[in-house]
Amino acid sequence: MSVDTRFAVNVRPKDGILDPQGRAVESSLGHLAIDGVSDVRVGRRIELTVAAANDAAARAVVERLAAELLSNPLIEAHDIEVLGAASSLDSQTAPDEAADAAGGVPLATPEGAST
Amino acid sequence: MTVRIGVVLFPGSNRDIDAVNALEVAGAEPVILWHDEVALDGVAGILLPGGFAYGDYLRAGVIARFSPVMRAVSAFAADGGLVLGICNGFQVLTEAHLLPGALLRNRGLRFVSREVRIAAERSDTPFSHLLGERRPLRMPVAHGEGAFFADDATLDQLEANGQVLFRYVRADGSPAGGEEDRVNPNGSLRAIAGVINAAGNVAGLMPHPETAVEAVLGSDDGLGIIASFVASAAEHERADGPVLVGTR
Repeated sequence: MSVDTRFAVNVRPKDGILDPQGRAVESSLGHLAIDGVSDVRVGRRIELTVAAANDAAARAVVERLAAELLSNPLIEAHDIEVLGAASSLDSQTAPDEAADAAGGVPLATPEGAST
Repeated sequence: MTVRIGVVLFPGSNRDIDAVNALEVAGAEPVILWHDEVALDGVAGILLPGGFAYGDYLRAGVIARFSPVMRAVSAFAADGGLVLGICNGFQVLTEAHLLPGALLRNRGLRFVSREVRIAAERSDTPFSHLLGERRPLRMPVAHGEGAFFADDATLDQLEANGQVLFRYVRADGSPAGGEEDRVNPNGSLRAIAGVINAAGNVAGLMPHPETAVEAVLGSDDGLGIIASFVASAAEHERADGPVLVGTR
């Protein structure tokens, strides 16, 4: 039996890599009359559901995806979050709703391991 | 016999017709290879054209990297076959690790579409041997993510190995300055416009030589690059003998 787990992969420009988007965002702060904000870096977040036999197997799939497809390790860093689990018997239910149904507590412990 | 060159067509490629035209001007027979092909139809060289393969989703070139045809292209390259990537094709080749470095979003954030000048650093490669002393070469760029990046150690190694094939230059042929120099259209480190792999059979560049092959197009400076590639592919084919369909 497989378990569906919802993951998020956060991808961001590596330290030291020029981020023109972050710079553009930063340059707009003056128009908002906001002070004291610096070092803006723009990345992307990819959320996905993995069906696997167990947590370790699901994690391995996401690690591979993150390194080979979702990020370019030459220029980008990433981390992986576990958002929660969903029953594979009810794929119609979004993981967030499943977590709500379980009393608002994610079925898997969220973590922010750096890879 | 006319040498057959494959032009890979990804969903979202849009410079394929220019590539086909340039190859014909250079005397080759272009063969369109669809992205889900697994055989290369016995072509003597591969050209990856510009465009927005798979919509450039995620990162330019990365989805294309995993298409069936790219597995065949990688095997072809590993076997010494000549592969030239232009613009989006260059991005695909870096994502596929067939070429070093990465192409980042342009330093100025804008999509840059204008004429630039480049010069070949080497005249002894399969992609530049017919260029002669002609420099600088005028041709257009049209891209949003063309800032060549590699870490300092890699850049030093590329320079030492002679893998910097093309650099953005001024009208007088002198190299563009740092990343802030307007002559360098996208903020490429060390003004690098194109690179070649260590083995010397895979090259890529951001500018478009294939749209500068006839005077009527505004410049024919790009023809030397396409013609070098075609002549080298013909030479390879003669050296290797006929390539059977599907063997590569």
